[in-house]
Amino acid sequence: MSLTPLLDGPDLREGAEPAARHLARLGPSLLSGPELIDALDQSDLRGRGGAGFPVGRKWRSVAGRQGPRALIANGAEGEPLSFKDRLLMQARPHLVLDGAVLAAGAVGAEQIVLYIGREHSAAADAMLHALAERPATERARIRISRAPVAYVSGEETAAVQFVNRGVALPMSVPPRPFEAGVGGRPTLVQNVESLAAAALIARRGGAWYRSSGTLLVTVTGAVARPGVVETPLGTPVAEVVERAGGHPGSVQALLLGGYFGGWVAADEAWDLPLHPERLRGTGHALGCGVVAPLPADRCGVAETARIVSYLAGQSAGQCGPCVFGLGAIAETLRRIAVGRSRPDDLARLDRWSAELPGRGACRHPDGGAGLVRSALGVFADDFAHHLARRGCAAARPLTAGVA
Amino acid sequence: MSEPSARPWDGARGVARVGTSRVSLGIDRIRCDGRGYCAELLPEMIRLDDWGYPIVSSERVPDHLLDHARRAVAACPLLAIRLAADGRSR
Repeated sequence: MSLTPLLDGPDLREGAEPAARHLARLGPSLLSGPELIDALDQSDLRGRGGAGFPVGRKWRSVAGRQGPRALIANGAEGEPLSFKDRLLMQARPHLVLDGAVLAAGAVGAEQIVLYIGREHSAAADAMLHALAERPATERARIRISRAPVAYVSGEETAAVQFVNRGVALPMSVPPRPFEAGVGGRPTLVQNVESLAAAALIARRGGAWYRSSGTLLVTVTGAVARPGVVETPLGTPVAEVVERAGGHPGSVQALLLGGYFGGWVAADEAWDLPLHPERLRGTGHALGCGVVAPLPADRCGVAETARIVSYLAGQSAGQCGPCVFGLGAIAETLRRIAVGRSRPDDLARLDRWSAELPGRGACRHPDGGAGLVRSALGVFADDFAHHLARRGCAAARPLTAGVA
Repeated sequence: MSEPSARPWDGARGVARVGTSRVSLGIDRIRCDGRGYCAELLPEMIRLDDWGYPIVSSERVPDHLLDHARRAVAACPLLAIRLAADGRSR
């Protein structure tokens, strides 16, 4: 059987696979409803949006509720380094739609919202065209909603609030969407890659996914051919970097999991398995599946300052700890990066990043804090260099010895 | 609403640790504006960060602090803090 079941079919450059070809290639779904949820449990499929929650359990939490329910297929993909969701929607829209329809059936959702990032025009067009090829009974239940361009737009309570009242800001929980979401109905919010994987599991079973399942990885940064790679669960990091053309020059560290993920020293990273649970066991997170070697001519401190500044700017601005904490961390990092650190800056970064997690309505502050903590470890020497020399070393090659 | 400055129980707290309730503290982070009353009233479980926003213990509230916890909840002008059964608060 194929090693790339999600992206199999016509050449990706041909664009979206038409409905007839999709159906001829994959055949109809064999599992649905409670049987499919059992198969999802057996598959151990984890959500591919970033949090990695077990998909079977998530579906069950909505399926067990009373009254009308809803589904949001989450294709907001606000993570700047991730491209896999938009590629999947562009190339295999019917696999995503199959997954959405199956999920809606299994959890008892009448209404399906395809929540697609406003900047992902090609993906939205492909999904719209694919929708026109679906039976009228399906079309009547499905609508497209375009997520505002912002990092937090894809957060599940933000998605719910956008669908409900046009504001893509996270909400305080509880209630969580599975309790009260779209129109107050219990709502399943599921990433589009997770839905596509569920559509394959509906055809091939949970045991198949457990042994032969794949995930989409965006390989970017210092690689020869940045792009999306579909690879079996558990593939070592080094292999996906090779498949993206390898890294020119030496690499000191990689960013794993996107801006919400963390830095990993290259020596440690190459052998890490791209597998949600096994990676968690090593103290790292798969996140949304980003693998980004840091270019050799970039400074880890400066790069972290840049990313955290972006994240601070992307705060929804609703929660004090996120606004002030992330903001102060970003400012401190920038100051260190340009060699203007103040006494105790490092201690402050350490304390603030430890105090932040769990103190926002959503996990935005947790993500930024985690990235900083990984940087403090992986780039300890670079921090020391910046703090001691006070000179701007942003362009100092990471691999060079003491200048 | 109780005055944060009036603390008749000062000095008598944290002595008798008999049991642990089944409730924990949760903050609605969007509502919370960092007024700081809660940390004044329940310093055993709540402290403030550098900007005045609460850092709350995730532990269950010990029995001997329950009254103080209830007072902290009642004192919040923004109704941002609550006592909730396990797993229902953040």
